[in-house]
Amino acid sequence: MNTINEEIVELAGYRLHIVKTNKFKTVTMVLQFCAPLEESTVTKRALLAHLLKSSTKKSPTSQQLQHRLDDLYGASLASQVQKKGHYHVLSIQINTANEKFLSESSSLLTESLHLLAEAVLEPNVTEQGAFDEAVFQREKRALRQRLLAVYDDKMRYASERLIDEMCAGEPFALHTNGTLEALEALTPTDVYDYYLEMLKTNSVDLYIVGDVDSDVIQSELKTLLHFNQNEHRPIGRLQDVDKRVVEPKYIKESQDIEQGKLNLGYRTHVVVGDPLYPASQVFNGLFGGFPHSKLFMNVREKASLAYYAVSRNESFKGLMLVMSGIEFANYDQALDIIHEQFKAMQEGAFSDHEIDQTKALLINSTLEALDSPFSVIDLLYQQVLSNDALVLDEWFDDIHRVNREDIIKVAQQTQLDTVYFLQGKERA
Amino acid sequence: METKRFEQLQETVYHKQLNNGLNIYVLPKEGFNKTFATFTTKYGAIDNQFKPFNQEEWLKVPDGIAHFLEHKMFEQPDGVDVFQTFGTQGAMANAFTSFTATAYLFSSTSNVEKNLETLVDFVQEPAFTDENVEKEKGIIGQEIRMYDDNPDWRLYFGLIENMYQNHPVKIDIAGTVESIAKITKEHLYECYRTFYHPSNMVLFVVGPVDPEAIITLIEKNQAGKGFTHKQAIERQYPEEPVSVAHKERSLPMPVKTPKCLVGYKEKTVHRQGDEMLRHELSVQLLLELLFGKGTENYKTLIDEGLIDDSFSFEYTEEYEFAFSAFGGNTEDPDRLAARLQAMVEEAKSQPIDEQTVERARKKRIGSFLKALNSPEFIATQFTRYQFNQMDLFSILSTLETLTLTELQTVLNEHFDHDCFTQFKVVAK
Repeated sequence: MNTINEEIVELAGYRLHIVKTNKFKTVTMVLQFCAPLEESTVTKRALLAHLLKSSTKKSPTSQQLQHRLDDLYGASLASQVQKKGHYHVLSIQINTANEKFLSESSSLLTESLHLLAEAVLEPNVTEQGAFDEAVFQREKRALRQRLLAVYDDKMRYASERLIDEMCAGEPFALHTNGTLEALEALTPTDVYDYYLEMLKTNSVDLYIVGDVDSDVIQSELKTLLHFNQNEHRPIGRLQDVDKRVVEPKYIKESQDIEQGKLNLGYRTHVVVGDPLYPASQVFNGLFGGFPHSKLFMNVREKASLAYYAVSRNESFKGLMLVMSGIEFANYDQALDIIHEQFKAMQEGAFSDHEIDQTKALLINSTLEALDSPFSVIDLLYQQVLSNDALVLDEWFDDIHRVNREDIIKVAQQTQLDTVYFLQGKERA
Repeated sequence: METKRFEQLQETVYHKQLNNGLNIYVLPKEGFNKTFATFTTKYGAIDNQFKPFNQEEWLKVPDGIAHFLEHKMFEQPDGVDVFQTFGTQGAMANAFTSFTATAYLFSSTSNVEKNLETLVDFVQEPAFTDENVEKEKGIIGQEIRMYDDNPDWRLYFGLIENMYQNHPVKIDIAGTVESIAKITKEHLYECYRTFYHPSNMVLFVVGPVDPEAIITLIEKNQAGKGFTHKQAIERQYPEEPVSVAHKERSLPMPVKTPKCLVGYKEKTVHRQGDEMLRHELSVQLLLELLFGKGTENYKTLIDEGLIDDSFSFEYTEEYEFAFSAFGGNTEDPDRLAARLQAMVEEAKSQPIDEQTVERARKKRIGSFLKALNSPEFIATQFTRYQFNQMDLFSILSTLETLTLTELQTVLNEHFDHDCFTQFKVVAK
């Protein structure tokens, strides 16, 4: 069961990945468009993602499109943009109930596939080559709201602010959804022009997970989906700058809030595909990735300073990010403990037992990911992005092979870059 | 052991009630890697007045105690942290407390039997000390502060406080920093002895497991623990008038986008079983008819710039209380509240359209099938349904039998003008 049964077929300008399985009650289809993360395109892509899923030429209002989806037993057409290191991935997906569980016979699968292709290839645009004005204004407003909403979610705000400060001047500092300034300037023509460019230049992968017949899908796709070129464009290996830290930065900001948000950013200098990548995963797990980790045990359980104190790897960028919520007055104490625990990691102050626990949980989380169609797609697409044809059993072997020295090596080359603290305001 | 087969869904549920009263349910999921198990007591935040085990006098306990107890269950008599044990066995553990239940859970892809025993054993082995109770107050204090900064949480609880005059559903599940300061280990033992008897609990296991083996394992485990059959639990809730406590309130917070949530307090409570299922599904279907993405109302609100894609609706029904809630981010909370209420009134004056009902029904069927991909959904929802004497898997058949007349009645009864209330989060 430790394998994903993935069939890869080169089609007209994209690669089709079919994972045939009868585990799920659904069929999930995701189209991924990958491009470099760039200031000039990031906001356009964010807006485009939502324009494509909200109406089509055939169903020019959201309401009409929604009725079609509802009639397909509540199929959901969704889109998103994600930052994966120095890539920006635009995904558009449809998730449908598998018709074999329905009493009424219907062709949900075929219709869903058609709808996905329609959303991508037959957008709601005018003769003059611009997105429909009404839909455009509506989605522009929605994106503005999404950008503003970050400020209202203080945990997310603090995480974004840390990256702003830490990666200033690097593409990674760009926000997934772009900026308000760029958004205000966009016109329906700009975005349509960019749409045409995206179809021409992006690397495209289509994932289909569910109990499907590969031959049927392929023959449908031959007439349905093609991008004006014959070959699939591979994702270019972009060389990111691996920045060395000279001196850590300390940033404090005040808002009228109840709890301080303490975020730390480290540079591990390890990205997906590197020889030390498995060790960096074990390192993060030991430090703050799991409930048996240093941060959980010391910041939370021993010192009672926080409810959450966790770390996670930003694997495509080579960062490790720490997040915690504390009393404002406990800033120094919390920071001291985090520094102390980090030093303990560099000195190898962890037991073999802790290493084993962490490995067991890392393997467990990969295996668990195979039980959700979306995680399966994430896992497979990660390989495409890292140009690394990962075989699960090899990954597990890699994790098993990580030794104490590797972990210490990662810990020692990991550098604290920025400490960001969102604190309260003095109250009268 | 009894077996229930749901042919259309291709699922089978195995059940056994042990001599000590514990209900065990197992749902085998072939092809899955992960086993997910919940061990749930029918005891939540609202159960703050009761007759303690073997006592005649009523006891009122501090707010937030069920949740506090959830945190403290993870302490073991030998001082070993349960998270460490689960970690060693490759499992991720967690717990949550709702208004009416407290659930302990793990997921793992290996050592399933060991993990199951660990789960059941740790929940059946309290180890509260004055010291570890004090220590937890700092941690939970930070959990409360985290929610204090979360505008969506404040909005939701603001609305419930608007609705209820006396019922403890209006109290935040975690309590307040002041109320948890009063909690002692004696309180925790009283609550524990009263509510954690196996006869008040359900164990649900979903994953690639052999039902017979699981049931035998737990049966043996329980036989050794000497639980005797126990008396019924007596709980008391204050008298709750039909009318809402406040028609309208608002809370200033450091947000950029205001929020508005409105809802109706259900007048008739104490439904159970099939009656509750029909009622719950009816209100949910009506909310979809009123404000689903395909409706005229949704389109109007979007066109008027009053809502964005954060808009959502839900209906919560338990034995003791029930309410609907709908709203989201908005630039004009007062106007949105007025429009929502007017739309409901308008709908009540018109006959329900049969075709629209069919579409909403289909959508609901599809979304139920999608949810069945998730072992977490199955375990937690099945348990909630069981506590209310309903059957999760009869959702589909019940949906098909809901009539227009029934929906019309529920529309007029639940959405009662006098039971309407609104809560807003506004920019500070």
